Amino acid sequence: MIEYKIKKDEVEKVINIEPKKLSDHTYIIEKQDPMNVPVKIFADEKLIKKMQEDACLKQGVNVACLPGIKKYSFMMPDAHQGYGFSIGGVAAFDKENGVISPGGIGFDINCGVRLLRTDSKKEEIEPKIEELLDALFKNIPPGVGKQSKIHLSHTELDKVLKNGASWAVENNFGNEEDLENCEQSGKMEHADPNKVSNRAKKRGLGQLGTLGAGNHFLEIQYVHKIFNKEIAEAWGIKNKGQIFVMIHCGSRGLGHQVCSDYLRKMEDTFPEIADSLPEKDLIYAPANSQLAKDYFSAMCCAANYAWANRHIIAHEVRNSFKEVFQDKVKLHTIYDVAHNIAKLEKHMIDGKEEEVYVHRKGATRAFAPGREELSEKYKKTGQPIILPGSMGTSSYLLVGTEDSMKESFGSTAHGAGRLLSRKAANKEFRGEKIKQDLEKQHIHIKAASWKGITEEAPGAYKDVDEVVEVSDKSGIGKIVVQLKPLGVIKG
Amino acid sequence: MKKYEFLEHTADEKFRAYGKTLEEAFINAALATAKIMTDDKIKPVIEKKIEIKVNTKEKLLYQFLEELLFFVDTEGFILSKVKDLVIKDNFTLTATFLGDSAENYEIKAHIKAVTYNDMFIKEEENLVTIQVVHDL
Repeated sequence: MIEYKIKKDEVEKVINIEPKKLSDHTYIIEKQDPMNVPVKIFADEKLIKKMQEDACLKQGVNVACLPGIKKYSFMMPDAHQGYGFSIGGVAAFDKENGVISPGGIGFDINCGVRLLRTDSKKEEIEPKIEELLDALFKNIPPGVGKQSKIHLSHTELDKVLKNGASWAVENNFGNEEDLENCEQSGKMEHADPNKVSNRAKKRGLGQLGTLGAGNHFLEIQYVHKIFNKEIAEAWGIKNKGQIFVMIHCGSRGLGHQVCSDYLRKMEDTFPEIADSLPEKDLIYAPANSQLAKDYFSAMCCAANYAWANRHIIAHEVRNSFKEVFQDKVKLHTIYDVAHNIAKLEKHMIDGKEEEVYVHRKGATRAFAPGREELSEKYKKTGQPIILPGSMGTSSYLLVGTEDSMKESFGSTAHGAGRLLSRKAANKEFRGEKIKQDLEKQHIHIKAASWKGITEEAPGAYKDVDEVVEVSDKSGIGKIVVQLKPLGVIKG
Repeated sequence: MKKYEFLEHTADEKFRAYGKTLEEAFINAALATAKIMTDDKIKPVIEKKIEIKVNTKEKLLYQFLEELLFFVDTEGFILSKVKDLVIKDNFTLTATFLGDSAENYEIKAHIKAVTYNDMFIKEEENLVTIQVVHDL
């Protein structure tokens, strides 16, 4: 027994948080007072051990205690400690009696990934890879201070917040096909710019089209292995060596400020809730309260900003290819997924369809074929799930299944998940050495800071291959294609 | 006395800042925050005045550090030092940030947000300790 003490109504309760093995790829922490549901974990023996090394399982239990939670508090294979909710956590709450929690979405609202496909082969791109990286680096700034090429008025920014990726297309960044191949068509309908603070807007004004630093990156990748030929072909993936571009970034300062603002508002408005929680960042608003609705509208704005941002970056990727390869290389959006978001979705719960607020924090939507939210093309195959590895390692393309709908509210993992702290990574690795190691594997890299490279060294992350294997074997996201990097841009 | 030190944290940056007074500890927390972003020595050539009024000490700390992130995002301003920091009635703060344009330096990381995770302000005789985790 591993004890976790939790306070409820001034009484201390002891919960056994030792996970019980259900199958080779699933574990459970049984429901114990004051939990409302059990915690279900998608992991193998190795990954569950890693999860036990930080506080993420305790955080999963904390989430299981929240009002109106449905079925399970879920932990994806890449779960690790976060704020309030763990990273890699999925929870669905009743539309009326549940909650909405900014900490269940994260500071970087709609941090996500976009994958672009070309029909070019590795041999055609590789000879000019350095030139291509230079062009990308010039056109897509990391975004400290006034680096964005786009200068928006407050009125125009409100349009971005309201219309998301559609704003981008209307302003000649990307095309209609890009919208179709974007989760939610790049626009959350509930967005209301009046619910976003001026402070958040000011942070967003000069950052559109910028990548951000930290784990955000842009990679030129190629198909290493095709696992599911039929689905790969339906998505336009034909050959080994076919070139892809992956963009990983989010809503920048605007999204971070929206999260901060509403955490504090909720704490002020519901002090009795704040006092009852084991962690401050778990703060929530009852789903039917005005504040929950306001946060949701503001969160939708930040999500829309992130989609517009990835749209603009994709446009700059096209421009960069044009500079180097003229019109020889065409880029099509395979898909764009959010990793940090809450959505009102319909799911089958105990045999009947219910509307719930699904919180995905460091988790990817993984919808099965036939879901009404998907475009015609993906209704046939199921939704593409993009799982980036850490800098310089494999990334994967998976597909949503009926199992993910049944097992995890249509969700799976979002990537590798950190293993080492930045401090430890700084001690362990040297930027120059990492560059040399990557170059030995024919991976080219361009970064704003060598120190930034050290902190994001591949060895500082969990093995993405293991995470993907658990997703595949447990059925919540099946492998379609494995991608390997050829060139990396780090913000 | 050490100004600040960084602690182990898997995903983000956790630090403790020290001071003889609350004001000094706040200043050192700001310097630790700037240190996460760059190792370069920043010139004190641009001035930013701030004023914050809130209702708890933790919120004061949160908002004070968030000001730094706000200036980075909106103006590319990066901190060198803090002067004239005064905390009145516990929850009102005025200060001046001195710093420079980030373009002139190597920025190794962006901080997404200040968090309340494991945050504390411990006031003992002659020693104030502040602990903060920033989300990166």
